[in-house]
Amino acid sequence: MLVEVLFWIFASILAVSALAMITVRNPVHSALLLVLCFFTSAAIWLLIEAEFLAVVLILVYVGAVMVLFLFVVMMLDINIEEVRARVTRYALFGGVVAGVVVFEIVSVVWTRSLGLDVTTGAQPQPASYSNTAELGKLLYTDYVYPFELAAVLLLIAIVASISLTMRKRAGLKQQDVAKQVAVRREDRVRIVKVPAVREPASAAAAPPTEEKKP
Amino acid sequence: MIPLNWLLIISGVLFAISVAGMFINRKNLILLLMCVELLLLAVNFNFVAFSRYLNDINGQIFVFFVLTVAAAESAIGLAILVVLFRERRSINVEDLSTLKG
Repeated sequence: MLVEVLFWIFASILAVSALAMITVRNPVHSALLLVLCFFTSAAIWLLIEAEFLAVVLILVYVGAVMVLFLFVVMMLDINIEEVRARVTRYALFGGVVAGVVVFEIVSVVWTRSLGLDVTTGAQPQPASYSNTAELGKLLYTDYVYPFELAAVLLLIAIVASISLTMRKRAGLKQQDVAKQVAVRREDRVRIVKVPAVREPASAAAAPPTEEKKP
Repeated sequence: MIPLNWLLIISGVLFAISVAGMFINRKNLILLLMCVELLLLAVNFNFVAFSRYLNDINGQIFVFFVLTVAAAESAIGLAILVVLFRERRSINVEDLSTLKG
């Protein structure tokens, strides 16, 4: 009973914050409301015993992606009034499309049960069940190749975003690798002959001879 | 426990709200990216709900990969956005008419 009550509380927070996110005027408020959406979704995922994904959602989305969004929103100096002008022209059309989507999904969910008893809910897992361990077993056996591909995809994303946003500035100190590789010994090293033993009286006045190797 | 149809309906509502958000905020590129994130979250809800109620953990593996791809997508999207703003001093979609499309 408590779980159902909590679900409805979280679901209403989720719907209200999503609605507020698409309607507030300030992009910073939008980003913060989206953080609330992700956090509430993670709470609902915890209620249906998907613990690992709930934690990943908070870590990856709230911790990384949304902070990135906030950085960009605050970095760019956006003229909000200009961007949000003539909003109402599309609001009616968007509302109609959203209403059609909700109607279709609700009607499908109500009429078709897909062979499941959708109204009862799954049995709770035993206390010894570990969602993380089960996911790990599957991820590192059956899905190890897609897992590696996901890692490569993230690497590509890193390289792409850095190379897109890097720019040349005057006075920027950076390496020129081709120049570093092409350097020769003669350009850098000068051999100075220093006598190992200093001569007592007469040679002390004369400086040590210098010789530059060709 | 929570019935499956409640989860499917809340995910459908979330999907519809983000579709409406794309229409309402169609001039602001940052809000369009945020609405895409919300769309992916709604889709992930379906994956998690069905994975739980069919007792098949493969669905949660898919959510894992969707999260990875969405993180990469938003990082590159925001990088393009920053470059665009540096070039044009604007993120209005209607200013992006170089290709005369």
